This record gives sequence, C-alpha cells and structure tokens, in this order.
Amino acid sequence: MTQFLQQIINGLSLGSIYALIALGYTMVYGILKLINFAHGEVFMVGAYLGFYAAGALGVAGFEANHQAFPLYLAVVVLILAMAGAALLGVTIEFLAYRPVRNAPRLTPLITAIGVSLFLQNAGMLLFSPNPQRYPAILSEVRFEVFGVIVTNIKLTIFAVALCLMLGLHLFVQRTWTGRAMRALSFNIDAAKLMGIDTHRVIRSTFAIGSALAAAGGILFGLDQITINPLMGVLTGLKAFVAAVLGGIGSIPGAVIGGLLIGLAEQLTAGYLSPEYRDAITFVILILILLLKPEGLLGVVRVEKV
Amino acid sequence: MKRTLIRAAVGAASLLAIYALQLGVEAGFTEYVQRIVLLAGINVILAVGLNLINGTTGQFSIGHAGFMAVGAYAAAFLGVKLAGPVHAALGPGPLADAVIFNLALLAGALLAGISGLIVGLPSLRLRGDYLAVVTLGFGEIIRILFNNATFLGSATGYFGDDPSGLPTYTNFFWVFAWATAIVLLIHNLTFSQTGRSLTAIREDEIAAEAMATPTTRLKVIAFALSAATAGIAGGLFAHMQAGVRPEDFRFEKSIDMIVMIIVGGLGSISGAILGGIFVAVSLELMRDLQQYRLVLYALLLVVIMIVRPQGLLGSRELYQVFRKRKSARRAEGA
Repeated sequence: MTQFLQQIINGLSLGSIYALIALGYTMVYGILKLINFAHGEVFMVGAYLGFYAAGALGVAGFEANHQAFPLYLAVVVLILAMAGAALLGVTIEFLAYRPVRNAPRLTPLITAIGVSLFLQNAGMLLFSPNPQRYPAILSEVRFEVFGVIVTNIKLTIFAVALCLMLGLHLFVQRTWTGRAMRALSFNIDAAKLMGIDTHRVIRSTFAIGSALAAAGGILFGLDQITINPLMGVLTGLKAFVAAVLGGIGSIPGAVIGGLLIGLAEQLTAGYLSPEYRDAITFVILILILLLKPEGLLGVVRVEKV
Repeated sequence: MKRTLIRAAVGAASLLAIYALQLGVEAGFTEYVQRIVLLAGINVILAVGLNLINGTTGQFSIGHAGFMAVGAYAAAFLGVKLAGPVHAALGPGPLADAVIFNLALLAGALLAGISGLIVGLPSLRLRGDYLAVVTLGFGEIIRILFNNATFLGSATGYFGDDPSGLPTYTNFFWVFAWATAIVLLIHNLTFSQTGRSLTAIREDEIAAEAMATPTTRLKVIAFALSAATAGIAGGLFAHMQAGVRPEDFRFEKSIDMIVMIIVGGLGSISGAILGGIFVAVSLELMRDLQQYRLVLYALLLVVIMIVRPQGLLGSRELYQVFRKRKSARRAEGA
C-alpha cells in the first residue's frame, strides 16, 4: 500500500510536468491543426535556459557553501527561462511556420519536423551532447507521511504546475486574447472576419505554450536531476500522447491526460519493469486511437467539405 | 503469351546487365567506392518505398528506421539460422547462398510488413497526422526492444553465431536486382488504378471517400508495402556489414530517408531515386562534418519547405520533365 501511494505521488508530479507540455501541443493543434513537433525541443531549451540562468545567478556558490538557493532567485530563474522560451516559440512561429501557414497539410508538418531536428542538433552543438547535472535550485527536504516519502521538490512541482494551469485557465476564459484564441480554434476564417488579428493571437498562443513548456523543463530538471539535448524527443512524445488521450484541442483534457500518463508510467515502472516505462505510453496511444480517437474530453466533430 | 515471353526476356537481360555491371564495378572501383554504391542502392529502395506512403499517399511516416530495423534483424537472424538446413539440402555453394539470402530477405520483409500493419491499422483509420506520431513512437520503442532482446545481442548488436560476424551476402548484384524489382513494382503500382486512388487520398481524402475509394484499406496496404520494402533494405544493409546494432536505426536514419524523398520531390519515383543517391554521396562528403550534418539536413528541410515545397522534381517523373521541355521547345519553334 505504501509502495502504491509512493508511485502515485511520483506519478502525479511527473504527470503534472507532462500536463504543462501537453498544454502547448493542444493549444497549437486546436488553432492550427498542426502537430508542433518542435514543442518538445522548446521544453528542452527551457530546461537549459533555467540551467544557465541559475548558473549566472551563482547557484554554484550557494551549493559550495551548503546554503539553500534563495527562493526569490529560483522564481527569477523560472521567469527568465519562461520568457526566453516564449521568445523562441514566437521566433519559430514567425520564421518557420508562418511562411507555410496556407500550404498543403504536409508542408507545415515537415517544417515542424525540420525545426525539431534543428533544435536537437543545435542543442547538442551548443550545450554539449553529454547529460548535465541540474543545479539544486531547491534544496531537497524529505518528510514522511504515513510511511510515504514526500519531498518538497515533488510538492513544488505539483504546486507550480497547478498554479500555471489555473493561470492559463483564467487567461483563456477571462481575457480578450483568451477569448480570441477560443474563437480561432472554433473557426479561424470566421474569427478573421470578426476583425481578430489572427497573426497576433497565434503569436500569443505560441508564446504561452512555450513558456509553459519551459516551466515544465525546469521542473523536469529538478525531478530527474540530469538534462540532455535529446530529452525533448521522448518527453515531447509522451506529452503529445497525453494531449491525444485527453482529447486534442481540449485544455482540461491535456491536464487530465498528462496526469494519467504520468501515473501509468510510474505504475508500470514500479510494478512491471522500468524498461517498459517508455513503451506504456505507446501502448496507450495505440489503444486510444483504436477505441476513442477523440480522446477523453474531446468532441466528435463532423467533417465538412 | 508473347508479352510474357518478352517480359521474361527483358527480365533476364536486365539481370545479366546488372551482373555485368557488378563485374565492372568490382574490377574498376576501390572497396570504399563500392560501399558507397551499395549504400546508394539500399537508399534507393528505402526512398522509393517511403515515397509510396509519404509522397504518393500523403500519409507521413517519420519512423521508417524502425521497419528497417525489423527487416535487418530478421534477415540477419534467419541468414544465420537457415544456413544449416539449406546447406544440408543443397550442399554449400553459390546456389545455397542465394537461397538462404533471399529467403532471409523475404522473411524480413514479411515481418516488417506485419509490423507496418500493426502500426498502420489504428493510426490510418483516422484522418490527420496521427501516423507521424505513432511511427515516431514505434521507431523509438522498437529500438528499446532490440536493446533489451538478449537473444539478439542486446545493445552490442547481433553478429551471428560465428566470431567473424554475419555472412556478407550483400553484393552489387543483389542490391541492384532488388532495387530494380522494387522500383518497377512501385512504379507500376503508382500508375495503376490503385495508385490513382492513393493519389486521390493525398489530394482530398473526403472527396476520395465520396467516390467510394476504400481509403482506410488502401492507406494500410500502401503503408504495409512501404514497411516491407524498408525491411528488404534493412536485410540488405544487415548482410553488408558484419552485424546489426540497435544504434544503426536511430531517429537520424528515419530523417535521412525523409531528406531523400523531400529533396527529390515528394511523390516522384525518379525524385526518390535521385534523393537516395544524393544522401548516400552527401553522407560520405560530410563525413568530417559529422556533428553539423543533421543541423544542415534540418535547415535543408525547413528551407525547402518554405522556398520550394515540391522539391526538385515536384510530383513529376524525370521523363515527364524532359518530355514537357521538348514539347515546349517544339511549341516555341512553331
């Protein structure tokens, strides 16, 4: 029972990271019907931005003196990484996706694969292909609740992810831009006719999605301790499966899908074999495509010509 | 009857021509160049096969290295295990080698095709780019499986039972005989009624369905066939080196294949052939730029998509380009 609870705690914290990344996939897909393959790489770059920002703010000095990194500096690291990733997301959109926006379906898809590949390999050249130990932005405190080991890191991951997702929810529901995003995902041409500057709204979508992915990257670094330039491939794939599982295009769906994928992965690692933890996501993807392709919270849309 | 005879004669003549070419290549080129020529031939098979699904049918697979891996491992394993019984039946010699090799290749193709069926069925029932994601996942997972399969040598790879490694059956003749056969098969399929239906699916799936085209079935068949050709290429690749390793089939390999068909022009068979040769040669030329190669390929993909999304030839064939030029010149003269 304790082991089960332990896996649930680990699964929820991993799952909330997947959920943060899945939000970016689902928002872009909802509007542009594009699988943004580069999103996993934005997540990776976000983790590295946090890595270098923490380095620049002198995390090594605190570690050497066995002092905790101040919380306000950790928040600065998070904000810097999110802003940097948002800039990267907007740049990708402007340079690569906008020129092919009205091209046939395959063209943006191939462009996205190209951008993803470019960032992976540019990352290996810039950041070195070797895994890096993530700096201790938060120093770990362990405590036991009913025999289950909980760390402040897992709790922080869960709390930060929850706050960001709530913020996104409020943004999408309450602000003008959020309403415009919903309008675009409903019908982009009609939105254009209503005088919405679609370029601007798409730009904000990429900025927000990328910032969330960067937050996910930092949390991932804290959770998994090492980062490497190829970490976006598999994590991005899992987050995409999370978005499909929840119903692609649906924001609450992405959150639920992310948490479920995290739980499934941890339970597989704990009870079956750690080798299959990556394979389970794939099995889930196949099953969902066979049984309920619109996802848990997705709506079936009738195709119109 | 007469047509069959003519076809048989043409087939025999081309096999003889390939054999003569092999003698020429083996006599005239260094082993280094010969290896590039073989790789080019294998690439042609990969590119033409991938083009059937990505180009002609318009369903994007980005994990074809996974099917190549299935074919490579199956052909390597069977190439070793079949040797005993076949030698017992036929006695050692070139005939036995040919039988073992081709049986192993066909088995590899069959297994790769079956994996294609398993991957394709759930993802191709739907419209949208699910195939891209599912194949990406498949390519990663299959590598994890081979990495953990102890009877196939796990991460070190499969080198057969013999310390000298796998028997190297692959030579110029077999690579180009298979390449010719596969190019012909896919060419004929593309320009048949079924091929037109595949193109219709690419152009407008809803309209194709309205015309009573069985879209799901055709997509799955095209995909399984494409996976099977990647399996053949994998088998040829496996028997070219001493062994097969899981890292031979990384995501980069799938990207190489995509570059082959994009450079030449999605949907064009001659474009795929040119692209396959281009990648084989450019890989060798960029050997010293190893770490920059994929950055360049990635940029190439993005730039081609923005500047000339149809690739070098578009979806036309090489002979169509020339024919068009000729008729244009004639029109100018008149």
